[in-house]
Amino acid sequence: MQIYLPIAEMSVDLLMLLVMGGGVGFLSGMFGVGGGFLMTPLLIFIGVPPAVAVGTQSNQLVAASVSGVLGHWRRGNVDVRMGVVMLCGSTIGTVVGVWIFDILQSLGQIDLVISLMYVFFLGTIGGLMFVESLRTMLKGRKGGVRRKLHQHNALHGMPWKMRFPKSRLYISALLPFAIGLMGGLLVAIMGIGGGFFLVPAMIYLLGMPASLVAGTSLFQIIFSTAIATFLHAIQTHTVDVVLALILLIGSVIGAQFGIRAAGRLRGEQARAILATLVLAVCLKLAYDLVARPLDPFSIAFGVGA
Amino acid sequence: MVRIGAASLAVPALLASFLALCGQRAALADEVVADLSEHLIAITTGFTGTEVTLFGAVDAPGDVAVVVRGPSEATTVRLKERVAGIWINTRSVTFEQVPGFYSVAVNRPVDDIAPATVLARHAIGLEHLIFGLSGEVPPMVTEDGRQLSEDETEALFRAALIRNMQRNELYVPEEQTVSFLGDSLFRARVVFPSSVPTGQYTVSVYLIREGEIVSAQTTPLVVSKIGFGAAVFDFANRYPPFYGLAAIAIAVFAGWLASVAFRRR
Repeated sequence: MQIYLPIAEMSVDLLMLLVMGGGVGFLSGMFGVGGGFLMTPLLIFIGVPPAVAVGTQSNQLVAASVSGVLGHWRRGNVDVRMGVVMLCGSTIGTVVGVWIFDILQSLGQIDLVISLMYVFFLGTIGGLMFVESLRTMLKGRKGGVRRKLHQHNALHGMPWKMRFPKSRLYISALLPFAIGLMGGLLVAIMGIGGGFFLVPAMIYLLGMPASLVAGTSLFQIIFSTAIATFLHAIQTHTVDVVLALILLIGSVIGAQFGIRAAGRLRGEQARAILATLVLAVCLKLAYDLVARPLDPFSIAFGVGA
Repeated sequence: MVRIGAASLAVPALLASFLALCGQRAALADEVVADLSEHLIAITTGFTGTEVTLFGAVDAPGDVAVVVRGPSEATTVRLKERVAGIWINTRSVTFEQVPGFYSVAVNRPVDDIAPATVLARHAIGLEHLIFGLSGEVPPMVTEDGRQLSEDETEALFRAALIRNMQRNELYVPEEQTVSFLGDSLFRARVVFPSSVPTGQYTVSVYLIREGEIVSAQTTPLVVSKIGFGAAVFDFANRYPPFYGLAAIAIAVFAGWLASVAFRRR
């Protein structure tokens, strides 16, 4: 059954969208990742304009992170104070990101920048994950390494120190602010929540307790994706509510099966599969960048530079 | 192609009215009259493209060309070139007054019907479409190092524009889909893909005899989004801030609903 997407202005197979949403939802449930980094490229592969894919994804992520954070909230795993400081950064990052997005769109370079950023981030993250999971598999099972609560490094000497009682940290507010800023940029330009960047940054740079990281980053992502949705709606007109809702339905259901399936896989196996997937998407995007296009000319309606 | 049923239902009624028209107008010289099976193409949620039938009559035998033109808009053509191994949009040319849809239907090859000068005067056929230039034409050098003139560059981008529109099924080169039923009655089929732009269209019917256009008639056609999709599009364009807020509210609600529905019992 075909469905006409009012903002993307194209007809797409409804079933295919549901399957895509379900598939990405399954993976995000299984691996505990947002899935935005898979969904946006998939949308681009099926012919949704990259700009619409990003704008719509930010809307879909609002819903995904709300449903994700509620579970963490009930268990008290959200450091609101830390989240708010990060939020200040990500608000600025999102505003700047949408502004950059708008300029690149009128220059006709937004598709290129989206693809390049995906290739860079997916390649880096996928590569690191793949090596790490292979190493773990080869070494076999080993006892968990005891880490200190957090390590002190040069970053802790920065000014504007602030107390974060929940995370039991006394660090410069600039750090979570900067991490939020980077996360906001990723949301606005790539249409991803940025969890894959925020989570390691919060663990390794801030030294936050791992139990609080997922909830706090999700808490922050709700707001940055909401701001991105709002700004994309008024500035770039690329938010397709119909598309977002269809993807959401698929991904919510898929995620439930993913969570169940996660119990049957070992951590490093799961990570190896995820890494392979991430690298596959990265390679496909990279190939499209270097392969001779079918027609070197393309058209865009409206006046461009 | 979902509307074929509706179109063929309209056939007898239209035919009857045209037969009546022919009777009245037979006295007038060089006359063509035509009407469409529908004047509104509604893009609904399930829209996958449609087909409109045009019926007409001529007072004496001749050739008929039916030209459908969509709403015009400035359109930018971009050229990708390899820079450091990556294909990047480098040069671009913006054309003004580019119809978003264009199709030609004829009863026999258009070149047999009229000379190129006549066709060009009425912009019949893709090769006779004229777009205005907006802004500058970038300098271009061919692969063997020859500097292209401005006209050559423009022609290159113009051809690329038409090629891209054809690939998207928005420009349809002449098709022999006009068929005569006897000497005076004819019908033509116009196909619209799902990506058809919205707006005011004109359907021009030309009657051609001995290489000259002796009569023409233009009928309006509206392509419009209808129903839920139209409401969403309209809302998004007219009140972007409220659309943005609504999109967030819907997402928050949906997320909460999902969390409640699948909460571990």
